[in-house]
Amino acid sequence: MEIKVLGPGCAKCKATADMITRVAAGAGKAVEIEKIEDMRQIVGFGVMTTPAVVVGGKVVHKGSVPSHDQVLAWLT
Amino acid sequence: MNADMTTPSHPAPRRDWVWHVGLVAFVAVWWLVYGQLVPVAEWITALFPVERDSHAGKAIAFFLYDVPKVMMLLTLIVFAMGVVRSYFSPERTRAMLAGKREGVGNVLAAGLGVMTPFCSCSAVPLFIGLVSAGVPLGVTFSFLIAAPMVNEVALALLFGLVGWKVALTYAAFGLIIAILAGWVIGKLKLEGWLQDWVRDIHSGATAPDAVDDAPRTMVNRYRLGVEAVREIFGRVWMWIILGIGMGALIHGYVPEALMARIMGADAWWSVPAAVLIGIPMYTNAAGVIPIVEALLGKGAALGTVLAFMMAVIALSLPEMIILKQVLTLRLIAVFAGVVGTGILAVGYLFNFLF
Repeated sequence: MEIKVLGPGCAKCKATADMITRVAAGAGKAVEIEKIEDMRQIVGFGVMTTPAVVVGGKVVHKGSVPSHDQVLAWLT
Repeated sequence: MNADMTTPSHPAPRRDWVWHVGLVAFVAVWWLVYGQLVPVAEWITALFPVERDSHAGKAIAFFLYDVPKVMMLLTLIVFAMGVVRSYFSPERTRAMLAGKREGVGNVLAAGLGVMTPFCSCSAVPLFIGLVSAGVPLGVTFSFLIAAPMVNEVALALLFGLVGWKVALTYAAFGLIIAILAGWVIGKLKLEGWLQDWVRDIHSGATAPDAVDDAPRTMVNRYRLGVEAVREIFGRVWMWIILGIGMGALIHGYVPEALMARIMGADAWWSVPAAVLIGIPMYTNAAGVIPIVEALLGKGAALGTVLAFMMAVIALSLPEMIILKQVLTLRLIAVFAGVVGTGILAVGYLFNFLF
C-alpha cells in the first residue's frame, strides 16, 4: 500500500509519518510511505493545511497528526 | 445526535456528560486556585532568606506570582480559543473570502485570520489556497497579517501581565493594521510580483476541496481545545519562564526612570528604533510580553513598547523566509514596509494619547 505524507518537513509531518509506520507495523500491513516536501507538489493536491495524508491518490486527512484509529481505518 | 450513524468511532453519548461535568469542575478549581496565587507567592517568598523589599525579594515575588498566573490564564484562553476555532476551517474561510471585494473583504479576512486554525508551517499552502481560489491578494494579506499578530498567547499574556485595557487595545490596533495594510497592498496591484509558479496556479482552475469536514460533536470540540493547550504549552512554556525570569530581574534591579529616558514618550526616535530592533528578534509573544510589562513599570512609553511587541510578533525574519517561496523579494519588502509603517503609526499615536 502506498501512502503519501504531504508537509514541508515540520515536526508534525514527521510525527504523522511515524504514526503511520507504527500503526502499520502493529497491524502487520506493508506500507510504503513517501514524504512529499516540495511545496508545488503539496499545493497540487489542493490542501491548505499540512500535514496531509494521501492514500490511493486521494487526500484522506489534513491539518493535523492523524489518530491511531484514523490510520488503522485507511490501512484496512 | 444522528451523526452517530455515520461515524462509528464516535464516543458513546453517556461519556458526554463526563466531559461537561469535568469542564465545570475544572473551571471551579481554576477559579479557587487563581484567587490564592498572591498569598501563596508571598508565603513562598517569605521562605527565602532575603528581605521582601530588597532587589532579590521583589524579583522572586514577581516570578513566583506571575509564572503560575500566566500559565493558568493561558490554559483557559487557549482552551476556549481551541473550541471556538473548531467552528472554523481554512476551507470555510476560503469559501467566505472568495470573490469578496476589497474593503469588506479585508475586514472579514482580518477577523477570520484570528479565528481560523492553522500552524505557521501551513502559511504557504494556505496562501496559495486562498489566492488560487480568487481571494484578492490584499485580502489574503489582511488574513496573513492578522493571524500571527492577534493570537491567543499574546492576548493571554497581555491580559495577565499588563491588564485587559492594553490587551484589548493591542487586539484592536492589530486588526486595524491588518485591515489597512492589506487594503494598501491590494490597491498597489502587485499580483505580478508573486513568484512565477504561484501566478500560474492563480490563473488556473481552483483547487478542489480535499476532504469534507467530519461532523463535530461538542466533546470533539473539547478534545480539540485540550489538544491546543497541550500543543501550545509544549511550544511556549520555556519562553514564558525565561521571559518572566527576565522581567523579574528588570523589576528587581533596573532603577526606576532609567527606561523613561531611553524608551519614554519624549524620545521621538525610540519608536522606529523599537521596530527596527524588533524585526530580527524571533521569539514569540510568550517571551516578549513579560519583558515588555517590566519595561512599562520602569517608565517606558506604552506606544514604544506596543510597537516593539508588534514588530517582534508580526514582522519576523523566519516568516519572511517562508514567504519567499511564494512572494518575490520586492513584494516582501512592500509587505514589511506597509506593516512597519502601520506599527510606527500605532506607536506614535499611543505615545501621543497616553
